[in-house]
Amino acid sequence: MCRFLVKNCVGVNVMGHLTGFIDIQRENPAEQHPLERINHWQEYQKPLTEEAIKLQASRCMDCGTPFCQIGSIIQSNTSGCPLYNLIPEWNELAYQGKWFEAYQRLAKTNNFPEFTSRACPAPCEGSCTAGLPGQPVAIKNIEKAIIDRAFQEGWVKVKHPVNRTSKRVAIIGSGPAGLTAADDLNQHGHRVTVYEKDDRFGGLLMYGIPNMKIDKKYVERRIELLSKEGIVFKGNMNIGVDISLKDLKKEYDAVLICTGADKPRELPIDGRQLKGIYPAMEYLKESTKHYLNKQYSPSISAKGKKVIVIGGGDTGADCVATAIRQGCKSVIQFGKHGKLPMTRSEANPWPENPQVFTLDYAYEEAQSKFGMDPRQYFIQTKAFIGDEDGNVKSLETTSFRDDQSESRYWDADLVLIAIGFEGVESSLFPAIEKKQNKISANDVDFKTNHDGIYAAGDARRGQSLIVWAMQEGKKAAKEINDYLSKLQ
Amino acid sequence: MKTFRSPIETNGLYRREFEHDACGIGFYADIKGRPSHEIVSTSLEMLKRLDHRAGKSADKSTSDGTGIMLQIPHEFFSSVCPFALPSQGEYAVGMLFLPQDNVISEKILNDFYTEAVKHNLSVFGVRDVPVASEIISEQAKKAEPIIKQIFIQQVEQNIDEFSSQLYSLRKALEQKYKSEMYIPSLSNRTIVYKGMLLADELSLYFTDLSDERFTSSLALIHSRYSTNTFPSWDRAHPNRVIAHNGEINTIKGNMNWFNASNSSGFEVINPTGSDSAIFDNVLEYLLLKGVSLPKAIMMMVPEPWEQNDEIPFYLKAFYEYHSQCMEPWDGPMALGFTDGVQVGAILDRNGLRPGRYYITRNDKVIFASEVGVVDVENDMILERKHLKPGELLLVDTAQGRIIPNDEIKNTISLEEPYHKYLEETVHVLHDDSSAFTPTYSNKELLFQQKAFGYTYEELMKMLKPMALEGKESTGAMGIDTPLAVLSERPQLLFHYFKQGFSQVTNPPIDAIREECVISTISWLGEKTHPLQKYNKEKQKLMLHHPFLTFSQFSTLTNSRWNAVKIDILFPAGSGENGLTSALERIFSQVDQAIQAGNELIILSDQKIDDRQVAIPSLLATSSVHHHLIKNGNRSKASIIVDTGEARDSHHMAMLLGYGADAIHPYLAYETIYQLCAEQHITLDMEQAMAHYIHALLQGVIKIMSKVGISAIQSYRGAQAFEALGISQQVLDQYFTGTVSQIGGIGISEIARETLMRHQKAVAEIEQYDQTLDSGSELQWRKDGEFHQFNPLSIHTLQRAARSNNKDVYKKFVSMNENGPFTTIRSLLKIESDRSPIPLAEVEPVENILRKFKTGAMSYGSLSKEAHEALAIAMNRIGGKSNSGEGGEETERFQRDANGDSRRSAIKQVASGRFGVTSHYLTNADEIQIKMAQGAKPGEGGQLPGQKVYPWIAEVRGSTPGVGLISPPPHHDIYSIEDLAQLIYDLKSANPNAKISVKLVAKAGVGTIAAGVAKGLADTILISGHDGGTGASPRTSIKHTGIPWEIGLSEAHQTLVLNGLRDKVTLEVDGKLMTGKDVIVAACFGAQEYGFATAPLVVLGCIMMRACHLDTCPVGIATQNPLLREKFAGSPDHIVNYMYFIAEEVREILAECGFRSLDEIVGHTNLLKVKDEVTSHWKAKHLDLSDLLCKLSNNISHHPVQDHELEKRFDQRVLIPILETAIVNREKASLHFDIHNTDRSVGTSLGNLISKQYGADGLPEDHIQLHLKGSAGQSLGAFIPKGLSITLEGDANDYVGKGLSGGKLIVKPFNNWSIPQADAIIGNTALFGATSGEAYIRGVAGQRFAVRNSGVKAVVEGVGDHGCEYMTGGIIAILGPIGKNFAAGMSGGIAYIFNGFTANEDILPHINQELVAIEQVTFENEWIELHQMITKHCYYTGSPKAKTILKHWKQLKKQFIKIIPREYKTMTETIDDLQNRGLSYEEARLSAFTMKKEGKILENLYEIEALSSALQDSQSI
Repeated sequence: MCRFLVKNCVGVNVMGHLTGFIDIQRENPAEQHPLERINHWQEYQKPLTEEAIKLQASRCMDCGTPFCQIGSIIQSNTSGCPLYNLIPEWNELAYQGKWFEAYQRLAKTNNFPEFTSRACPAPCEGSCTAGLPGQPVAIKNIEKAIIDRAFQEGWVKVKHPVNRTSKRVAIIGSGPAGLTAADDLNQHGHRVTVYEKDDRFGGLLMYGIPNMKIDKKYVERRIELLSKEGIVFKGNMNIGVDISLKDLKKEYDAVLICTGADKPRELPIDGRQLKGIYPAMEYLKESTKHYLNKQYSPSISAKGKKVIVIGGGDTGADCVATAIRQGCKSVIQFGKHGKLPMTRSEANPWPENPQVFTLDYAYEEAQSKFGMDPRQYFIQTKAFIGDEDGNVKSLETTSFRDDQSESRYWDADLVLIAIGFEGVESSLFPAIEKKQNKISANDVDFKTNHDGIYAAGDARRGQSLIVWAMQEGKKAAKEINDYLSKLQ
Repeated sequence: MKTFRSPIETNGLYRREFEHDACGIGFYADIKGRPSHEIVSTSLEMLKRLDHRAGKSADKSTSDGTGIMLQIPHEFFSSVCPFALPSQGEYAVGMLFLPQDNVISEKILNDFYTEAVKHNLSVFGVRDVPVASEIISEQAKKAEPIIKQIFIQQVEQNIDEFSSQLYSLRKALEQKYKSEMYIPSLSNRTIVYKGMLLADELSLYFTDLSDERFTSSLALIHSRYSTNTFPSWDRAHPNRVIAHNGEINTIKGNMNWFNASNSSGFEVINPTGSDSAIFDNVLEYLLLKGVSLPKAIMMMVPEPWEQNDEIPFYLKAFYEYHSQCMEPWDGPMALGFTDGVQVGAILDRNGLRPGRYYITRNDKVIFASEVGVVDVENDMILERKHLKPGELLLVDTAQGRIIPNDEIKNTISLEEPYHKYLEETVHVLHDDSSAFTPTYSNKELLFQQKAFGYTYEELMKMLKPMALEGKESTGAMGIDTPLAVLSERPQLLFHYFKQGFSQVTNPPIDAIREECVISTISWLGEKTHPLQKYNKEKQKLMLHHPFLTFSQFSTLTNSRWNAVKIDILFPAGSGENGLTSALERIFSQVDQAIQAGNELIILSDQKIDDRQVAIPSLLATSSVHHHLIKNGNRSKASIIVDTGEARDSHHMAMLLGYGADAIHPYLAYETIYQLCAEQHITLDMEQAMAHYIHALLQGVIKIMSKVGISAIQSYRGAQAFEALGISQQVLDQYFTGTVSQIGGIGISEIARETLMRHQKAVAEIEQYDQTLDSGSELQWRKDGEFHQFNPLSIHTLQRAARSNNKDVYKKFVSMNENGPFTTIRSLLKIESDRSPIPLAEVEPVENILRKFKTGAMSYGSLSKEAHEALAIAMNRIGGKSNSGEGGEETERFQRDANGDSRRSAIKQVASGRFGVTSHYLTNADEIQIKMAQGAKPGEGGQLPGQKVYPWIAEVRGSTPGVGLISPPPHHDIYSIEDLAQLIYDLKSANPNAKISVKLVAKAGVGTIAAGVAKGLADTILISGHDGGTGASPRTSIKHTGIPWEIGLSEAHQTLVLNGLRDKVTLEVDGKLMTGKDVIVAACFGAQEYGFATAPLVVLGCIMMRACHLDTCPVGIATQNPLLREKFAGSPDHIVNYMYFIAEEVREILAECGFRSLDEIVGHTNLLKVKDEVTSHWKAKHLDLSDLLCKLSNNISHHPVQDHELEKRFDQRVLIPILETAIVNREKASLHFDIHNTDRSVGTSLGNLISKQYGADGLPEDHIQLHLKGSAGQSLGAFIPKGLSITLEGDANDYVGKGLSGGKLIVKPFNNWSIPQADAIIGNTALFGATSGEAYIRGVAGQRFAVRNSGVKAVVEGVGDHGCEYMTGGIIAILGPIGKNFAAGMSGGIAYIFNGFTANEDILPHINQELVAIEQVTFENEWIELHQMITKHCYYTGSPKAKTILKHWKQLKKQFIKIIPREYKTMTETIDDLQNRGLSYEEARLSAFTMKKEGKILENLYEIEALSSALQDSQSI
């Protein structure tokens, strides 16, 4: 009795392309040639065409158990997206060319995809299931395509909260954690003020990451949007110095500390006091300040210098790239660990973040310019050696691998220390309880030892990824909102 | 106290209502109505010969009951009664079962006297029925009644009134004494002798029956097989009109509907009766009210008429007209009935029970479930017939003739002008306008979606595929989310109910291949009473199916159809109490509406807004339905549900099952409209909605066919669901009659859940984020529902097993133990009152490992690598792996060089019988019959062509690239006694193997387990609902079956109560993951433990849930060689994991003070509910006390069944004579006589051959058996090559089941009178046969050669559903075919000779969905066919074959060829490639690859065009 109903049913696949993950190769966006791009400070990746992005999106397997969004620490590394981005959902929409919906589902979990799609090291790709039999889906590029398109089409609009409450929240720090919390709390209708000790907003997004990776205009664009939505931004305000935390708390119903973990890890060895040795962040900040304001003359420059960067991480790489653009004579980067294997080792199985050799943009640039990968492995710096003027001249190193190894000497007239951050300065907010350079608060309620004062992001958890910072901002905002809604 | 049912005191899970029975039935009558004692004595003999169909208790000496209905033996009574009798027919005899208590007995008898007077009757004599109590078993004696006969006559003679006076008298006494007494019969025509007696005890116990003076011209007999062993005399058949074999699946609905319209003033239906008794109650009532016996039968058991164009229009009109007042009583049924004058039989609409009859030259009719039950001289037999589905066999002893089926049906259907009635009163509600106008804005839509709990997953993964493809989407790997009552996320009320499904006691229906029996008609408006006369004024609305489109709904609301809309809403502010008062308000509105004459009640939640909350539509529907049943108004109006909540087929099925007449799922339509607008669905709205409705309908049909119901009308109100997590109070009040075994939430929690959803929707609708939540029912989401297998647990388990790191395993255990409540076991902790003992004192790990098994996963669903890894690992640890349903390469039966064995110890026999041969079974340690599968019980499966790689096809005996179907039912198990027969077959096929039966947990699984134990299974596996699957409809994964904890506990308790626990081993599976799970299972009664999902995860499975797509990225659930390369698992990993579990078990045992796992089996007192449960707002309402109820604990650790092998024909007769011959490879040819009680003849002999000579067997005809007589069931089952059986006589069901190379010849006795048209073998012959030959000179029953994959056979006619699901082999049919021929046939060829019945158009009998009808063209085909017929002629002397061969040149053109289109393309391509020089393997692989890449498609279309052209030319 029912056969008459359906004629000519069209068969469709469950997901974009069932065997896309094996049939289609992963494609990375083309990049401007290193020798060209080192002449400027612009982003150097050329976006993939719409068709190419769709193809890449079709490689997504729409897993029953998508590891891309687990946001967990496995074997001390991040696996999967801590923002729990609904990756397969927007991959499918991107594949179908439904860009607006893709943007909606992306924005559902991610306040600032324009930042994460540029600055996040993409742990989602490390745990992508397609990476198990082959290459992971190009999630980050798809995300970037979606959000760039959303801005281009004008879908990212000023959103005024529907109802305003009378609750006031102060957020200290305008980095990813602070901005995320500010955005969410503002959308809940609370009156949010963001305090920033620097002249420009964005925290590490502004001064921690060079312009090649995040064009500062994008940071400013977002700050402008948030301002229009009603968030008050106050720059050059160093809470604890300009106003005490106590006084601030009097003005606000709740305060959230998102000051980051900006105390650099030091290298307390002989010669550290010599001139020409700087923490990496100071160097990068000066560089960006100069980039944004040509009138501003930076206190540090690599121009014509022999540069050594100590520390094998991303910040170190950014120093390399910056030094090259400033016209250094040479650049070498010391790493504590050895060269990573080309493929995952047995001890580093999927879905752990893959510890494999990659040629980051900075190294590619160094290779092109100087003919060699700037990285040196297993280097333990023993001492800085100075000249008679107190300038650094060379470095003495031994090997981490071999205690008995003989010392090596490296010429250098600019040394950048990029070995990470210890956490918050102990002098910061003396009344707030800290432990091991981190503000004491758990990752469930984010409460400090003071009622109504919360902490989130690197200030609480220590140096980490942008996505963790944003996750904490989001979760803390939810807690603060609950707290505020219970306040009379 | 129930006198004739020995009291079973239990506070556990067993419930009487779960009981089932099945049986053997028969009647024997003299057509001319001449009474004789021979009728009585022969019938009693018949009963004995059906004994193997009867059930016996654990002591084997107590029967489930036998009985006989006869005419009142006037002469006999005249001579034995000390009082004078009026003339025959003018007095009635009441057969009475009275309690042993004399006081009560006397009181009852006295009441008989006084009540009789009130009914204008008088009792004139009482006779003590002489019985031989000493012969019956102790158990039967416990419940033995005092049996008396009471003689009654009318005070004023008015013979027309007699029956109703007697009826009223009986009812009056029944209502007074309930179960204290029982009246088997009280009639002036018939008398019933029955009791808890074995077949041979019946005549010994009732000495009356062996008295020569006791005569009758007809006898109806019954031998019962119950799923329990509790004594009950009253439950024996016959009832007062019928004897029934089968099970009425729709009984709850039938009963409710009948009661809803019962205005007789008394309880027509005894609610404590069995399904058969209830059927009998209603039939008896109809007869009493003057409906003729055949007409009443036609009303209650109509044949499937809707889609049958061969039925004359007036008969169709009769059925359609009566469908307005009575829904079919549906379910497997062979029914014998008599009113003392007419006697007859009928089968259910699908012919799921066997019925055979002989008509003799001396005017006798012998009807029974089997042939060979009465010895008749061959030359006395006039006709031998199969009773066909829907066919009415009616003997009228008054007229002295058999009234032919067509005649009686025509007469009855022409009694009144039914077609005119229909024309005058019936309006079909057509969907006459396609216009859909959205009612809601985007924002309103979003609000509603949120309030009703819609998620993005549902939109994209459920609604979209339905609207786009017209079918529900598929999922894989089962369910691992919390039960609704444990979930922290608000659940729809629908999710607290689980769909019913059939297993063992009745079969699910294959609604796809056997669509011809499905009916979806629905009626709206006041329901006509079955006895109501035609009334022109009563207009009726007919729907083709119960889903109203937008326009139909508008028509209904805006027209003359007296519809009234009632809001099913409650105020948000009224909180949780508001719900109850809103329901009361709705009831009174409904009552008012009905009083005002409204016939359509629309329950609507469309007006939901921020202040008005929707009452769960299921609650509203069911409560109104039951409210109306209670106040007697249910038949006055229809309930139409206009809801935003219901959207998938489970929701719809539930609404229908709880009383909805029609449904308008408006929000689903609105959502689909939105999806169309957003281009997610690239169809226009009209098409999309049609697809969606189609998918819903198919889904509902699938759900109802799972319980074996084929008509939506019968499904409506059948309440084929059980609750899981709802309190009994709510159920009693609003879902009356629904079972819940663990209690659960009350009405305020239901309200709270609804409010939670509503409040969230109200809050979110004002946010900028205008999107739906992701939803995470099947796909994990970080912020979504908890899944037991989540990324971290998967990773942890894999790391533990790969690195053999016990600490990591412990981490996995603690993740599992400390996660949210998910399963019943997660609510329990283990606590012992014993002191711990040292670990060293606990039995060694090896002992425990022996009890471990891996779950059934077929080679085909798994890659070779994964399948073999499981086998190797389990063999290494001494456990058992399970082959699943897909066969195994024979090379795996040999050990590998390194000592590993890739042979699966357990071989599974499932409904598709893929790869099941004598040799395969011989190589099993255990043979498992899969009755159901946790992820989709009651459903079949389909392996799409793209997954049938050449190596899979090879093992399964099919063609590469051609899809394979596993039918929902085993076509040889429609009933419990059929299962017993299959167990018998398999035990014969390998006497050394244990026979295991896999069941899925559901309420009542315990009684089924008891039945299975009585059917001699060695092991019973209770599977949880959460078992994995390679592919299953998403709604089935979630909504069918219950947790194994409940099912296992019920099974254990029921087996203990029945004294059967020592006979069987209980096994359990269903997402077992840790040692604690094993301990919990043991405490609930399990002795063996199966793991499936976890071992797959250990092998690398990452829960992609894409098994059905062949894209498994880790090479486990795929055949794709590219992906198989990615397989990274190893048997070592599984061994590591199994050791972890076993060690953990030991640790817990030591902690609890036990030395072995056996010791704690059934020790539920080790299980305690965790303290945290009391603080969970829903879980705290659960009541696990029935589950944890501890029964006596005398469990044998080594259960043994007595299969009585030595009594079997093979062991008793064949093997002693032939064993040496086989061992020495000597030829033999021997002659034997056999009887219908000799079953599975040749099977064990075949086992000897397979054991010694492997898959190749012996040379053709090496051992020849010549048999004479009526063969019992399963003649020649599984016989291998070298064994040939010739039977002269006839045979019963399952001839040549699983034929594995042997040869079968069945021919009539030389002196058969009209051999051509006679039925010679029973149903389901050659089922699952893989190779060999068969020559059948005569007509076969239904389902001939079902799932044949290689046998060549010649037969001279077949019943319905011939060659169904066939995948290979050649069948030549030299005679008529029944309906639905070649349904689901995907391989092989059938030739049908159309010459003898040239006038009959056979084309409509062929289901052409998959096959093409062609002329034979190629010379080699002619040669092959000619050879087959020549052999047939040679072996059987068939006159038909002779004629055909003689006139071959002319007659050969009368053959038509039936060939599956896909099969043809593939075989031709393979041949073509081989001709081009490719090897056999290369050709198969290339052809498969071409098919997969769609390159053969063009070719395929050409062939289709060709064949349809051919068909056209043929029909001209």
